Amino acid sequence: MEQENNSRRDFLLTGLITAGLVAGCGPKTDPFEAGAKAEAVASGKKVKLLSVDGEEIEVDEAFLKPVPHMPPVSNSEARIGIPGKKFVMVIDLSRCKNLKKCQSACNHAHQLNPGENWIKVEPMQDAEHTAPYWEPTTCMHCDDPPCVKVCPVDATFKRQDGIVLIDSDRCIGCRFCMAACPYSTRVFNWGAPQIPATIAAQPYSCESSIPQKKGTVGKCDFCADMTRMGELPHCVSACPNGVFAFGDINEDSVSNGAETFRFSDLIRDKGGYRLMEDLGTKPSVYYLPPVARNFPYESGLENDKILNK
Amino acid sequence: MENIKLKATGVIIDEPLPQVPTITSAADQEIINDLLPQKFGKIGKIWVIFLSIICLIGMYAYYRQLRYGLAVTAMRDYVSWGIYISNFVFFVAISLVGSLITAIFRLAGVKWGAPLTRIAEIIALAAIVFASIIIIVDMGSPERFYNLFIHGRIQSPIIWDVIVITTYFFISILLLYYPLLPDIKILLRFKERSGKRLNQFYNFIGSFWIGSPEQFKLSDKAINILCITIVPVAFTIHTVTSWLFATTYRPGWDSTNFGAYFIAGAFLVGAGGVVVAMYVFRKAYRLEKYITENHFEKMGRVLVLLSLLYLYFNINEFLTPFFKMKESEAAYLNGLFTGDFAPVFWFAILIGMILPIVILVFKKGRKPLPVFIVGVMVVVGAWFKRYLIVTPTLLHPFLPMHDVPASYLHYFPSWEEWAITLGSLAGAMLIVTLLARIFPIIPIQETLTEQHEKDV
Repeated sequence: MEQENNSRRDFLLTGLITAGLVAGCGPKTDPFEAGAKAEAVASGKKVKLLSVDGEEIEVDEAFLKPVPHMPPVSNSEARIGIPGKKFVMVIDLSRCKNLKKCQSACNHAHQLNPGENWIKVEPMQDAEHTAPYWEPTTCMHCDDPPCVKVCPVDATFKRQDGIVLIDSDRCIGCRFCMAACPYSTRVFNWGAPQIPATIAAQPYSCESSIPQKKGTVGKCDFCADMTRMGELPHCVSACPNGVFAFGDINEDSVSNGAETFRFSDLIRDKGGYRLMEDLGTKPSVYYLPPVARNFPYESGLENDKILNK
Repeated sequence: MENIKLKATGVIIDEPLPQVPTITSAADQEIINDLLPQKFGKIGKIWVIFLSIICLIGMYAYYRQLRYGLAVTAMRDYVSWGIYISNFVFFVAISLVGSLITAIFRLAGVKWGAPLTRIAEIIALAAIVFASIIIIVDMGSPERFYNLFIHGRIQSPIIWDVIVITTYFFISILLLYYPLLPDIKILLRFKERSGKRLNQFYNFIGSFWIGSPEQFKLSDKAINILCITIVPVAFTIHTVTSWLFATTYRPGWDSTNFGAYFIAGAFLVGAGGVVVAMYVFRKAYRLEKYITENHFEKMGRVLVLLSLLYLYFNINEFLTPFFKMKESEAAYLNGLFTGDFAPVFWFAILIGMILPIVILVFKKGRKPLPVFIVGVMVVVGAWFKRYLIVTPTLLHPFLPMHDVPASYLHYFPSWEEWAITLGSLAGAMLIVTLLARIFPIIPIQETLTEQHEKDV
C-alpha cells in the first residue's frame, strides 16, 4: 500500500513537471497573462528530469517554469464542490498527545487572527472514573448541519462533496450559526483580523477562507483549496503522530500522509464513532477511541499551559 | 339622498350608522381641554434632554462599534449573543402589549380598557421600532443587511422573524393611526393650541377625515379587522423570537415550552410597562378623571393573572429539567439555581413574579402607587430575565471551553454595550414621550362618545 502511494505521488510529480514543460515559457511568466507565449531562449544549462514513461531526460533550464497556481474557482463552483467526492476525516485519539501542531499549521495556513483557533484540542474525561484523553475537534462537516439550516442568507452552505463552507463576502454576522452549532466550532472575527496587508489584499475565496474578514464567522473548511488540488489538509500533514486521516468515503480510503487505510476497515476494527450521534447531525468526522495509547495523557499537559492558563 | 350616495360607493348600509358625536356642552369642552396634548413643562423638558443625552452617548458607542467591530463588546466566541439579544427579546416582548390592551380587550368586549389603548399602542410601536434597530446593532456586518432580502432563505427562523416583525410593525402603526383620525380632527379645530408645523403635520396625516358616519363605519370595520389580525401576528412574533433559541440544541434553549413561556412573559412585561406609563402620564398631565383608581385596580388584577401565568410557565421550564438533572444540563441548571447566576435568577423570579403576586392580591396593593411600583418591578425583573435566557446557556456548551483566550470564558457587557442598550431604552421612552406630546394620550373622541352614552 505504501508503494502504491509512492508511485502515485511520482506520477503526479512527473505529470506536473511535464505540464510545465509543455507550457514552455520562461520562469515568472504567468501562462494566463497576455504575451505569455513568448519563446524562451536556451541558456545551455541542462536539468535532469523524469519523464512520464519513467525515463531520465535532460532539459534546458530556460524551458522550465514553475507550475502555475490553479486559477481560483468561481464562487458558484466553490459552492458546488468537487463532483463525485465525499470527504471524511478520522481522528485517532490513541495517538494524540496535545502537541497542537495541527492547530498551529491550521492557524498559519488560514492566517487566523491571534487567539482564534479552528482546531481545538480539548482535555476530555467522560465520567469520574474514566480515563482522560485529548480530543482534537474541528468542524464536523455534518451531513445535516444545524448551522446551514439556520443561516438566513445562505452564507454557510453544504457542498456535494460533504464540505460545509462559509462565504465571508455574504455573511451578515448574525451569529445564529454559532448558537446552533453543538460542537462550538465556529469563531467570529470580532474586530478586523490582524493579518499582513498583502494577505488582507488577496482576493477572497471561500475555499481558502483567506483573508478572514471583520464581522463574519469563520471555521475549519477541511482545506477545500488543498483537497481541490488533491492534497491533504494542513492539520493532517502537520501532525507528527498521524492522528488525523483524511480521504474520500466513496473511495473508502483515508490517509494521514504516511499511511493509507481502508476507511471501513479502520472504523470496524478500531470501533470508530462520531460525536453527539444522538443529535442527528451526521458528522463527517469520525473518532477512534483512546485505547492502546501511544502516549500517556499527562504528556500533553505541559503543552496545554501555553494557551489555557 | 344619503342612502343613494352610500349605495354608489358600495358601502353596506343595512346596519345603523354609528352616532357621530358633536361637541356641544361645556362638559365636552372640559374633556377636550384636559386631553389635548400639552407643551412640555420644566420637568418635561429636562426629561427629554436627559433621554436625548443617553441616546447620543449610545450613538457614539455605536459609532465606535461600527469602526472597530463587535470587538468593542464583551461578546466572544462562546457568549456570541449578549445583552443586545436580551434587549431585543425584551423589546419584542413589551411590544406585545399593544395587541393585548387594544385587540384582545376590544374583541373580548372589555370597555374599561378604552382610555389605555393609545398608551399601549404607543409603547408597542416604540418597542417594535427599537427591536428592529437593536437587531441591526447586533449584526457583525450591518452594511450587508440587504442580503436578507436578496439572499434570504425561508428555512431560517431569522427570516421568519424579519417577516413577522415587519408585519407587526405595520399593523401597529395602523392600529395607532385609525383610532387617531377623529382626534386629529379635534386637534385641527383647536389650531391655536399647537404650533404651525404641528398643524401642518396634523393636516398631512388626517385632513381627509371629515367625521361622516360612513367614515366612522369604515374606520370601525378596519380597526376590527386589524384587531383580529394582530392577535395571531403578535403571538407569532414572540413565538418565532423564542424559536431563535428553541431551534438549537443547547441546554436551556432546547425546550418545547419556549413559545408559550415567551408569550406569557411578554404579556406580563407589556402590562407592567402600561401601568408604569399610566401612572406617569396621570401624574404629569393630571388625568385623574380619565385614568381612575379603578383602572389601576383592574390592571392590578390583570397583572396578577399574568404573573401567575408566567410563574406557571417558569415552573414548567425549570422544574422538570431540575428533576432529571441530565448531565448536559446539570452545569447550566446549577449555575442558575445556586451558581454564578443565582442572584440574578432569584431576583428575576422574586421581583418579576412572586412579589407582584403577593402585593397585588390584596386590595390595598391595587392602589395607583403600589401598582406603579409593581409595574417597575415587573419591567426590571423582565429585563434581567431576558439576560438569563441568553447568556447562561451560551456559557455552558456541550464541549469544554478550551484553547481560547481567558476573556472568552466570562461575559460582562462592555461600556459600549451598556451605552447602546441604555440608549435604546431611552430612545424607546423618547418616542413614547414625543408621541404623547403630539397626540392625545387618551383618545378624546372615544371619551366624548362614552360621556354622551352615559348622559343618554
